[in-house]
Amino acid sequence: MEPIIIQGTPKTPTVKFDASEGVFEIKGRSIPENSVEFYKPLVDWLDRYKESPLKKTVVSIRLEYFNTSSSKCILDVFKKLEAIHKSKNEVEVNWYYEEDDEDMLEAGEDYESIIRVPFKMIEIVE
Amino acid sequence: MSFNIENYLPNQSDGDVILYYKGNVDSDVINHVLDTVEEKMVKVNEQSKLRKKVYNVLVESLQNLYHHVDKVPDDFYDQTSERFGLLVIKKASDGYRIITGNFVHVDNIEKLEEKIKRINRSSHEEIKELYKFILNHQRISAKGGGGLGLVDIARKTGHKLDYLFKEYNDHYSFFYLNILVNEDK
Repeated sequence: MEPIIIQGTPKTPTVKFDASEGVFEIKGRSIPENSVEFYKPLVDWLDRYKESPLKKTVVSIRLEYFNTSSSKCILDVFKKLEAIHKSKNEVEVNWYYEEDDEDMLEAGEDYESIIRVPFKMIEIVE
Repeated sequence: MSFNIENYLPNQSDGDVILYYKGNVDSDVINHVLDTVEEKMVKVNEQSKLRKKVYNVLVESLQNLYHHVDKVPDDFYDQTSERFGLLVIKKASDGYRIITGNFVHVDNIEKLEEKIKRINRSSHEEIKELYKFILNHQRISAKGGGGLGLVDIARKTGHKLDYLFKEYNDHYSFFYLNILVNEDK
């Protein structure tokens, strides 16, 4: 599978999904007006990865900002990961938040309560 | 009758205006507003917690305008803006005030007001639950909105939504949303 590598912009995150390593990363800002357009290729890619995933997949989400429209798309990403987890593969989500950013921590906890995948909340201390 | 959308702006005397805009709200305008306000907050060394909250709430308010405004009335002076919005950002004594204004067609007023009232009746915990429910159950609309913007604004600011509908004519009202983002929350 070809990896997805997308450079970040002021409104869209840096993305690295590499099936050979099983390490996926979304970081930066995710505040586009049309988030579906940005996330659809990622969700489609995960759909294909789901067919033959690695035994262990680690996903790091390290967002500075995300808008509510991205929040739905991020949920779609997590739902794919949940399906991978459900078919007896190890999946782990590392949710990063800056130490004073309670809103970002709460956002991670929202997902953790919806999605049945182990989450690790990781505080970034400057 | 002449209707000046600026006449009914709330909190006219409170705080210094750091950004004022009226006109079409497109993607470039949103980028420009976000950059300008972020720069201004960095320049005055605003603490990062407040800065992030203001930025987040500003993104949602602008994108609410982008996704949801109705077209302007036929006799309104600005007929060229596809998405006409009014935006005032102020530095107030206890934080930042973000005031938005846009036309709402009479057919859409009830639905919008019902949504706001539901949010305003809810406790902070209930708003969190409402957010999660909408996140998990509602699809992104044809207009591209997630239906979460106002809920998110109420959740992040910790305040009730302060709003006003001012009748423009039989078919349109102008809708003001007056948001305070302050340090305590």
